[in-house]
Amino acid sequence: MSEGYHVDTGAKLRRMADQIAKNFSALGHENAVLATADHINLYWDPRMKAGIFADDHAALSDIARLAIEHLQAGHNPPPQTRASEFNTAHELGHSDAG
Amino acid sequence: MGYERQQDFGTPESLSTEMVSLTIDGRAVTVPAGTSVMRAAAEVGGSIPKLCATDNVKAFGSCRLCLVEIEGARGTPASCTTPVMPGMKVSTQTPRLEKLRKGVMELYISDHPLDCLTCSANNDCELQDQAAAVGLRDVRYGYEGANNLSQGIDTSNPYFDFDPSKCIVCSRCVRACDEVQGTFALTIDGRGFASKVSAGQTEDNFLGSECVSCGACVQACPTATLQEKSVKAIGKPERAVVTTCAYCGVGCTFRAEMRGEQLVRMVPWKDGKANRGHSCVKGRFAYGYAKHQDRILSPMIRDSIDQPWKEVSWEEAIGFAADKITRLKAEHGARALGGITSSRCTNEETFLVQKLIRGAFGSNNVDTCARVCHSPTGYGLKTTFGTSAGTQDFDSVMDSDVILVIGANPTDGHPVFASRMKRRLRQGAKLIVIDPRRIDLVRSPHIEAEFHLPLQPGTNVAVLTSIAHVIVTEGLADEAFIRERCDWDEFEDWARFVSDEKHSPEYLEAVTRVPAADLRGAARLFATGGNGAIYYGLGVTEHSQGSSTVMAIANLAMVTGNVGRRGVGVNPLRGQNNVQGACDMGSFPHELSGYRHISDAETRKLFEDDWGVTLDSEPGLRIPNMLDAAVDGTFKAIYIQGEDILQSDPDTRHVSAGLAAMDCVIVHDLFLNETANYAHVFLPGSTFLEKNGTFTNAERRIQPVRKVMEPANGYEDWQVTQLLANALGAEWDYTHPSEIIDEIARLTPSFAGLSWQRLQDKGSVQWPVNDKAPEGSPIMHTEGFVRGKGKFVVTEYVPTDERTGPRFPLLLTTGRILSHYNVGAQTRRTANVAWHPEDLLEMHETDAENRGLKTGDWAKLASRSGETTLRVKVTDRVAPGVVYTTFHHPATQANVVTTDFSDWATNCPEYKVTAVQIMPSNGPTDWQEEYTELSERSRRIAHEVEPAE
Repeated sequence: MSEGYHVDTGAKLRRMADQIAKNFSALGHENAVLATADHINLYWDPRMKAGIFADDHAALSDIARLAIEHLQAGHNPPPQTRASEFNTAHELGHSDAG
Repeated sequence: MGYERQQDFGTPESLSTEMVSLTIDGRAVTVPAGTSVMRAAAEVGGSIPKLCATDNVKAFGSCRLCLVEIEGARGTPASCTTPVMPGMKVSTQTPRLEKLRKGVMELYISDHPLDCLTCSANNDCELQDQAAAVGLRDVRYGYEGANNLSQGIDTSNPYFDFDPSKCIVCSRCVRACDEVQGTFALTIDGRGFASKVSAGQTEDNFLGSECVSCGACVQACPTATLQEKSVKAIGKPERAVVTTCAYCGVGCTFRAEMRGEQLVRMVPWKDGKANRGHSCVKGRFAYGYAKHQDRILSPMIRDSIDQPWKEVSWEEAIGFAADKITRLKAEHGARALGGITSSRCTNEETFLVQKLIRGAFGSNNVDTCARVCHSPTGYGLKTTFGTSAGTQDFDSVMDSDVILVIGANPTDGHPVFASRMKRRLRQGAKLIVIDPRRIDLVRSPHIEAEFHLPLQPGTNVAVLTSIAHVIVTEGLADEAFIRERCDWDEFEDWARFVSDEKHSPEYLEAVTRVPAADLRGAARLFATGGNGAIYYGLGVTEHSQGSSTVMAIANLAMVTGNVGRRGVGVNPLRGQNNVQGACDMGSFPHELSGYRHISDAETRKLFEDDWGVTLDSEPGLRIPNMLDAAVDGTFKAIYIQGEDILQSDPDTRHVSAGLAAMDCVIVHDLFLNETANYAHVFLPGSTFLEKNGTFTNAERRIQPVRKVMEPANGYEDWQVTQLLANALGAEWDYTHPSEIIDEIARLTPSFAGLSWQRLQDKGSVQWPVNDKAPEGSPIMHTEGFVRGKGKFVVTEYVPTDERTGPRFPLLLTTGRILSHYNVGAQTRRTANVAWHPEDLLEMHETDAENRGLKTGDWAKLASRSGETTLRVKVTDRVAPGVVYTTFHHPATQANVVTTDFSDWATNCPEYKVTAVQIMPSNGPTDWQEEYTELSERSRRIAHEVEPAE
């Protein structure tokens, strides 16, 4: 049924990163970079992060590329959402869902 | 509990806060003003004889059996239509009343068959009861004259019969259809003695009529005129157990009425706070799948998917699975393993599956079917309001003045709530529908939307931002609310953004295809029409901008001040019974129960100390990424409970490639579903009738699920998960789901006040339930937003990458139909197939004619992902350029054509927008034929053959 089915994981990760960046772009360039970095940091599995770190960043949009480089440099992006009374009990920084 | 009919107070409850005191048969009674004398008597244990009155419809006053005498009043008024008055003195039983009632009852019985002993309602019949109550001993009128006793029985409906010879024309069924269900399918045909209940026109039978088989008429019938076939076949129930429906996110509670271990019928529980005694065709009748012959009751294993299944003991199957998991973990590491929890299973089962994956497998690769439906709701509402949940209870709609429905089809997807919404609309609330398709709500009996905005699929964000543009630029924003409740700086940024001319309805009309004047009208109505409530479904979330759309909805609620009180709010209509619960229970790969991120060391420590394990601090893979990783060779094993990803998830070729690439697929389900074609271990599941636990519905209401029969497979699902966990060395020792609830409560702040006993005492509770809200929380954000200040989020419209073009010029959108539920695994195995035996492709006549297609023709539906065939239905429900189908039947496999595009924030698939081409076809596609062959081959079960003597 799926013989020959191929997943271009690199292309998929690039598309995901660009899509996130595009949706944050209305925040302004600098904020969008941090928000994109935060989002990828929060939701991507280590092999996905490693995959995009190792990928060719030239094909990425500016915001996505800078966000990836921000993470790759070991920076911890500021949380984009704040914790609420329901999940502050033992949580330091951020809250999220999805 | 033993079996007794649910108490019937005769007339609906009065919601007045003014109290009235009176005397009934010498007893002092105090009830709310507006209460009927009949109900007042019932409130203190009295039972005035009645036939046409029942407490879920308005008083009718036709049977004349409920007559009473009132001191100082003339005549003998009907107690059902007489409201209580201060100081009133009522007598319910006097010689005069006795004589009158006997006369009335004698007339009823004179045209009623006297076959009580063989009648299916024998000993459970209100007519019989009332004849006894009035002391009827003799009927003076014989059957010689005209009568209605020879009328034929309408057996067309698969679930109930209509026997007009037993009808007393009390109109309870007609009124239930009108007032409770809101379909208006029934009427009284003819006049006088020829009066007869009729489903539509005289020539119609029930099946062919507009009846939606909700069962309200059957429930209302005081005789055996409308009677469940199951009662006729089995007999009167002997006990009843209250439990929660396992279909949609409304979460109706039912009495499972039993004889021994046999389910006689499901009757909506009148005290159920989600459904208020109403039901739909699925919950009321479509439970036959639980005993269907396709159900697999023995565990099965095989080394490869080419082999037939081998039935084995539970011990062998669990050992086989555990060995595979252990070996793959040793060879590839814990991150090569994962699992999927089910929104159809209980909170406790879901909690245990994610605990199994995180604790025993050792990875955070756990996801849930909410990934493909409401994950954007979690993200969007958490970001804007601070909680991943809707803001209201269902009752709230009765205080709404303007109801905005976007991307939802409540009459099909959430029918019981839709009935309540329709009731409010009939009372005068205004309706705005934003949907590419003309759903039933747009125009139905006594309801017509003020505005239907038939937008181009994929333009939700543009439409909502445009509505916000009108509200802000025309000065309709609720500034006082925003200043008090929201972050003002963020509001100003957002207001500047939406005010830009490029977000005006006129500018965006070419994109959205919504007439600007209609959009402006809808915006003004929503902003100025009083309490405005927004209800939405998967037509919002299943887009590349699903999360943005949810946040745009939240923006709209905040800018108009429609949050934090009854009648308003943001209301996601959840697809499955426990979507909310599955999300709450930590089913997402990046967070633990109560939406706490896995990277937080303190939160992790809380769980690690309780569970005695070390947790991975990195988020795990989402379902589509698990499949990608499998194809890439880094993901090797998966445990899937109660979910059929091969049929329900997008881009079927992608799913099958991922599953085929894994070394161990464990499917835990009722049936050999499509996913099981690729499985190595099959663990039989239990139905909701066979287990204890809880479901959480769309209004955050946690309700008990109670076992009414022993699991046919031997174990409740949580027990099976425990067996697997213990085979992996977990040493769990739960003996009842109540112990799992205790664990959830101690680890999850918003559930801190929850316990099994509390649910037994209260019936249900809406989270958060903790010290701050010990009785639960029907309405959220009443004092302030959970996150502090409400956050306006700028939602830039980003067109989807899925575009029409010369090869694929039409847009396909998908949805579901009333009689079926999601992939149809349950409903296809019931008589509901009578209404929807196959998926159909809805097309506008222009598109159909251009392709030489007409209703009933086979058509090939092709996208860049794949192609399938199905039959065409020409309709004007969809606009030219848009086509629509459902996804209930595996033979169609609508997801063969959907793509791997998804929501930017959550990867919720973009089911609602696929560019397609359609052409005439004369048979199934190669893919369908190949799949049928694979499916048959994969479902083979090897049986031991006795040697010949």
